[in-house]
Amino acid sequence: MSTDSRFVHKIWQEQELSKMVKGGVPFPMLSDGGGKIGTVYGVYDEAAGVDIRGRFIIDPDFVIRAMEVLTPEVGRSPDELIRQIKAFQHSRNTGEVMPSGWQPGQVTLQPGPALVGKVWEVWKP
Amino acid sequence: MPEIKDGCVKPARGPIAPTPESAAPSGGGAPAQEVKRMLAQVGKEAPDFEANAFVAGMGFKPVKLSGYKGQWIVLCFYPGDFTFV
Repeated sequence: MSTDSRFVHKIWQEQELSKMVKGGVPFPMLSDGGGKIGTVYGVYDEAAGVDIRGRFIIDPDFVIRAMEVLTPEVGRSPDELIRQIKAFQHSRNTGEVMPSGWQPGQVTLQPGPALVGKVWEVWKP
Repeated sequence: MPEIKDGCVKPARGPIAPTPESAAPSGGGAPAQEVKRMLAQVGKEAPDFEANAFVAGMGFKPVKLSGYKGQWIVLCFYPGDFTFV
């Protein structure tokens, strides 16, 4: 989503994105002319009139699980995005929690009284 | 796929204010209040909206965020088409 119109999105897809990604980006390219949606998500820069970089993960219950907002000069990491979605999905399915830097297949933690003061025994980064 | 006809100007609903009555269709009461502040918070329901969109292979269509309820959604904002990063 950006403040560009749907017409600009179409030409960007056809002229540039389709040359970087085979078939072009497969998801809807949304238009936020006026920045009203960006305002509600806390990413609209009124002085510049644009939405800055913001990325939100929303779960199947429509609850926001994660947000990352950057000033425009640095791009985001798709690997980190996918890691976070996998971790939230794992937590949703199992009730377990994922320590710092967790990757699928690595040790998870079972929160509860028995684990208090014992994390160092089970998790060795 | 048939191209969807679309004129120069097409208003979209934009942010959809959460109201207690929003579940029931309003009977011509006060217009929906415009949302002008940040509502997005982790652990809270995502603010709903409807936006005009370009969808590859389909053309132009309005997209409502809550239409994707039940799936994992990634919502990305960026400063502009044809920019560099």
